[in-house]
Amino acid sequence: MADLTPEEIKHHVKTYVIVFVALAFLTIVTVAISYLNLGVGASVTIALIVATVKGSLVACYFMHLIDERTTIYWTLLATVAAFLILMFVPLSTMLDQAKI
Amino acid sequence: MDIPFTVKDRPDTGLYNGKLGIWLFLASEVMLFGGLFSAYIFLRTGAETWPIGADILNVPLATLNTMFLITSSVTMVMSWASLKLKDFGKFKLYAGLTLLLACGFLVVKYFEYTAKFHHGLFPSTNNFLGIYFTLTGLHVLHVIGGIIVIFFFWMPGAKMWESNPDRFTNRIEIVGLYWHFVDLVWIFLFPVLYLL
Repeated sequence: MADLTPEEIKHHVKTYVIVFVALAFLTIVTVAISYLNLGVGASVTIALIVATVKGSLVACYFMHLIDERTTIYWTLLATVAAFLILMFVPLSTMLDQAKI
Repeated sequence: MDIPFTVKDRPDTGLYNGKLGIWLFLASEVMLFGGLFSAYIFLRTGAETWPIGADILNVPLATLNTMFLITSSVTMVMSWASLKLKDFGKFKLYAGLTLLLACGFLVVKYFEYTAKFHHGLFPSTNNFLGIYFTLTGLHVLHVIGGIIVIFFFWMPGAKMWESNPDRFTNRIEIVGLYWHFVDLVWIFLFPVLYLL
């Protein structure tokens, strides 16, 4: 993001405002869905999908990941792989208990 | 000796050093919070009963805090964009608003925590409250850390704008990346702890 023209920055600013509106709207959606009593499975799935969309918006536009160097992408790929392993650890104990 | 590649990109990484540094730091932060999220899944799936967060915690206050952090993320990125447009006054305005919103988050969290303590709800009460206080407490520490750094660049550290504006702009980009990460963590903490 080092060599942007003032016009490009102004265009970015408009994007930031749109992303902000989307994040505020999705926050309201998250809270509204939680009042619908959809059951644990559906609630967890929907809440995590909405949170992932919101997180992706922050990462892509505020953190500029949509237009970054490959060095950062490789760093994050390794991070995501390690994070998924970390999330799988408790899941693997469940599978073990269920004798799967 | 001057620190190399604080403004110009390093030829092999294509990045200035501070930027790669903050991303490596954030990668370690993902694992720090990831470990606690993993503990949350472990505790929840292993429990016979698990309370719904909304029955114990204050959802309207947490929603307000979510709005505070989302808005502060926008003002943070706007402060960086202002420096890119050579508008130092706007930078001061947006960075100041970021600080105000971050302090607002802490005030709300203070009221949330004290309300829990008044009702006799402590980290030792049950596993849910244990992981709730651990995760949100660690997040609050990150907010406080962010406030300290942003305040430094807002007041005494802003002198660098006169001597080396490009380097100062990069510093704001780096603290911004950290601040957006703090926002990102909250985006997941909010539904996981309060709504599910």
